[in-house]
Amino acid sequence: MIEIKGLSKKYGAFYALNDLNLTLQEGTVFGFVGANGAGKSTTFSILATLLQPTSGDAFVNGKSVRTDANEVRKQIGYMPDFFGVYDQLKANEYLDFYGASYGISEAERKILIPQLLELVNLTHKRYEYVDLLSRGMKQRLCLARSLIHDPKVLILDEPASGLDPRARVEMRDILKQLKGMGKTILISSHILPELAEMCDEIGVIDGGRLIAHGSVSEIQSKLAGERHITVKVKGLLENVATFFEEDPFISSIEMHLEKNAVTFNYRGTEDDQINLLKKAMDHSIKVISFSETETDLEDVFMEITKGAK
Amino acid sequence: MKQVFSNPVLVKEIKLRFRSPKSFIGILFYLIAMCIFVFGFILLTTQFSGTGYFRPEESFFMFTMLTYIQLGLILFITPGLTAGAISTEREKQTLNILLTTSQTSFQIIFGKLTSSIAFLLLLLIAGLPIYSMVFLFGGVSPSQLGIIFLFFFLTMLAIGSIGIMYSTIIRKTIVSMIATYGTMIFLSAVTGFIYLVITGMNTMVAGSISSSPVGHFFASINPVVLVLTLVSPGSDTFITDTTKVDFPIWVGYAIFYICITAFAIFISVKKLRVNMNRTK
Ligand SMILES: Nc1ncnc2c1ncn2[C@@H]1O[C@H](COP(=O)(O)OP(=O)(O)OP(=O)(O)O)[C@@H](O)[C@H]1O
Ligand SMILES: [Mg+2]
Repeated sequence: MIEIKGLSKKYGAFYALNDLNLTLQEGTVFGFVGANGAGKSTTFSILATLLQPTSGDAFVNGKSVRTDANEVRKQIGYMPDFFGVYDQLKANEYLDFYGASYGISEAERKILIPQLLELVNLTHKRYEYVDLLSRGMKQRLCLARSLIHDPKVLILDEPASGLDPRARVEMRDILKQLKGMGKTILISSHILPELAEMCDEIGVIDGGRLIAHGSVSEIQSKLAGERHITVKVKGLLENVATFFEEDPFISSIEMHLEKNAVTFNYRGTEDDQINLLKKAMDHSIKVISFSETETDLEDVFMEITKGAK
Repeated sequence: MKQVFSNPVLVKEIKLRFRSPKSFIGILFYLIAMCIFVFGFILLTTQFSGTGYFRPEESFFMFTMLTYIQLGLILFITPGLTAGAISTEREKQTLNILLTTSQTSFQIIFGKLTSSIAFLLLLLIAGLPIYSMVFLFGGVSPSQLGIIFLFFFLTMLAIGSIGIMYSTIIRKTIVSMIATYGTMIFLSAVTGFIYLVITGMNTMVAGSISSSPVGHFFASINPVVLVLTLVSPGSDTFITDTTKVDFPIWVGYAIFYICITAFAIFISVKKLRVNMNRTK
């Protein structure tokens, strides 16, 4: 459905995108992860036919963004990271305008718009001016807008940014519904755990290069065998840190002065871990808590992007 | 025709324009200014001539003044309406979304242009009843007014297209405004000045007047000159005398402004979206 081949974008001598290759099957929900400035928005802008690639090409449903931009536009629903709305326009008129822009007949729009407003829970705001809606509502309205021509592919650039936790959950539910409709969804986000739950595949981009791509579990297993452990203590932290540094199974040890805790990655078995705690107690380290934090995508992300630099 | 009126951008722009009270206040002030001028003029001439009635020559003078007022109005309002058409959308971050819709670039540009022109036409039409006062007193034929309005329309179209063009190729609205007003002032004032300089030099250097197509060209693309030849036919013999080119001003004007319009629309349509397939 989506095929990106050797895509590069140069600004002067700077590569915002460097030889990006990516293939996605129809119906895939793809989470695009990367630090600020990694090139996520650049990739999405090229797919949305808004930015000219320096080299390479991208295909949506077999149509090239270079030579068949018009066809590509009909296939995609694009939600930019930053967008504005027209003032003096009401929510239903906003959707009506874009519907008309896709050549949808007035009769069809009349049926479609209430459905879309219902989908994003904005029915009660249909007669309000869009510029007076809250940020989260605008975001939902923009999502509804990107769906108006029933595109096969959705390109959502940080759709959850600026949303409160409840709205994020709602956004996720909407996206799940859309996934259920068989749409191919590309979504970039900084909020990784949320991506994990709904994405089939994850791509990690750093410095314009795709440095990892696979299913969520594949990406997670890159760090498998390592546990992330936090030890909270009473007393001087330095001594505690030097104690743990001696253990052969421990790596990436970090001190957190404000919490008076150390964190590290642990490679040993569970029995080793038990012994470690016992040894710590014997060393009269005053352990308040010794806990294993679930390696979530956030850590994966930190780990992977660290390696690439 | 249905295609034209179902242009989504046009429909939306008109909706937005008439929803804001600014448009109505604009029309109101424009009409008030026209009324003050016309009634003030009638009052003054009837008072001071002592005759108590209004003579056709005076009616003609008033007609000329009104026409120039309307010309000035078009020249100053058109850039304001069009020079931000695309760039404000860019600044408000609505352009990206608009460009990802399946509308053609021409549809978008055309919608923007026609919505501005439509508003200007409304202004002109709203002023018609005041214009018709002139007919009440005689001295001017309706067909003359028709021709003048036709040229007003062409002028709006050309300046409007230039405004849209600048708005498309320049990122900032303020810069686009300056460029459009600059171009408008060039066309309406600087061209006249150049004409004067060229013909002046011509007579000074040669002693006798030689043929000067360039001077004639600059005179014929000047809207002020054009309106003069339209309200008082025969005044273009003056241009012919000074440049030794016998070509109707209005024909030159029409050709030039049609070309400008076509050129500006062409550039706008080409530059609205990035060229995805350019190879360096
Ligand atoms: N017009 C431009 N001129 C020069 N450099 C640019 C331009 N646009 C983007 N860049 C650079 O390209 C790189 C990629 O930017 P991009 O917006 O794709 O990042 P991103 O992954 O979306 O980041 P974020 O998470 O902050 O949204 C950045 O380093 C940015 O500075
Ligand atoms: Mg971004």
